[in-house]
Amino acid sequence: MVKMKTENLKLWFGNKEILKGISMEIPQNSVVAIIGPSGCGKSTFLRSLNRMNDFIKGVRIEGRVYLDGKNIYDRDVNVFDLRKRVGMVFQKPNPFPKSIYENVAYGLRIHGMKDKRIIQQTVEESLKDANLWEEVKDKLFESAFSLSGGQQQRLCTARALAIKPEVILMDEPASALDPIATNRLEHLIEKLKKKYTIVIVTHNIQQAARISDYTAFLYMGELIEYGKTEVLFTAPKNKRTEEYIMGKFS
Amino acid sequence: MMDKVKKEHIVFGIIRLLSYASVFFLALLVGYIFIKGFKVISFRFLTDVPRNGITAGGIYPAILGTFYLVLVSFIFAVPLGVLSGIYIAEYTSDNTFARFLRLSVNMLSGIPSVVFGLFGLAIFVNKFCFGVSILSGGLTLGILILPTIIQATIEALKSVPYSFREASLGLGATKWQTIKHIVLPVGMPGILTGVILSVGRAAGETAPILFTAATFYTGRLPHSIFNEVMALPYLIYGLLTEGTFPDKQIPIAYGASTVLLLFVFALSFVAIVIRVKSRRMKKW
Repeated sequence: MVKMKTENLKLWFGNKEILKGISMEIPQNSVVAIIGPSGCGKSTFLRSLNRMNDFIKGVRIEGRVYLDGKNIYDRDVNVFDLRKRVGMVFQKPNPFPKSIYENVAYGLRIHGMKDKRIIQQTVEESLKDANLWEEVKDKLFESAFSLSGGQQQRLCTARALAIKPEVILMDEPASALDPIATNRLEHLIEKLKKKYTIVIVTHNIQQAARISDYTAFLYMGELIEYGKTEVLFTAPKNKRTEEYIMGKFS
Repeated sequence: MMDKVKKEHIVFGIIRLLSYASVFFLALLVGYIFIKGFKVISFRFLTDVPRNGITAGGIYPAILGTFYLVLVSFIFAVPLGVLSGIYIAEYTSDNTFARFLRLSVNMLSGIPSVVFGLFGLAIFVNKFCFGVSILSGGLTLGILILPTIIQATIEALKSVPYSFREASLGLGATKWQTIKHIVLPVGMPGILTGVILSVGRAAGETAPILFTAATFYTGRLPHSIFNEVMALPYLIYGLLTEGTFPDKQIPIAYGASTVLLLFVFALSFVAIVIRVKSRRMKKW
């Protein structure tokens, strides 16, 4: 089943065309990796899936992005509700300067949840889902900054999970982590795809090969190739894809 | 030609000496005032009313008056200034109107304080019929410190990292929720510091209250915001210019100056504590 779909998605920052008409389908309960050299537009593409580009001045978007068949750029779409359904984990861990507990509870609170018991339950569940519970259960009320970088990134994941999103966008979530923390995060992603649909931008080609079901190769704002990960990595159709995954340019 | 290293030593020596000058002048000023002032300060000096044409007794009414003036200016200027700051920092983009707004704030902060006093006299005292009163003086002081508070708020909010806002917005929070729950708490120490320092400024200003609130001498304590009051800076000014018994009154002026300085230092100290604390909490 298709969870999200983009149709001829074009995006400009001022006069600069960043995305040049991208059409792709994101199947439900899968991990879709987006790879490509720096500046190819992969982060911008990811951010257009939950309209995080709306905040940037001088941005212009054309084309359509569907979530369950509904164009998220339609006028009648509630963008706050959209971001609740399509959550995001950022490149650098960015917990709030609050306690571990409050970081995870934040999303619930801003969406109007008042019931303390439900909040407490959800916080615990989300931390468990993010494989962080065991490490933090005795210090829930300590500052989130007392955690290591890897833990912080899993906390940010738990924070995103707490509002029960359907899709999780991850923007190079491991780029600031050491190999061990990266490994743990990858395990987490594998586990999460059972419940969620995940789109992950990564610099790391091996990472894409390890964790994703589908891989998209973006180059200079164009979708060069998109398909099942094992196919794309073993028998790429496009020459540039092949060169990129062989490490011939970056 | 002098060799480079030697030249460098000499230049640095001069610069260093010059930078010590400000410390020197501060120490000299504070030391001098304190030595003179502490001679007259006693419990009675702080709690008694002035007696015998302010040649004896205490300065309690002036302390109280300054407190009330500061309080009114605080109540008026803090909400207005902080909200304006939030608006300018968070809700305006970089267009002509926003630039005009920021320019206005800057220009307001450059207006001489005596002009504020004149304005207060014309508008609050006469036009609004508040008379020479705590209310008129407090509002005048409030306008005086408004730009400082606005600027402090803008600076504090601008220093909140974008990644916090992004995280909040990414969870589906509205802009106002993000500001209220994330941006403001993070920027609060900076705002508080600005507010406290501006309050210190309000306490020490003479010109704005000269025509709007202060009286050199009154026998009774204020019982409403429509009363005129004695105030520390104006008391000092009055004792030096209108005093008829300088040998008895000038020591009182030193005492009042010392009290005023201590008040301002206490505020600065609070601001420093807030800054140090928030720096220690800051981990991003």
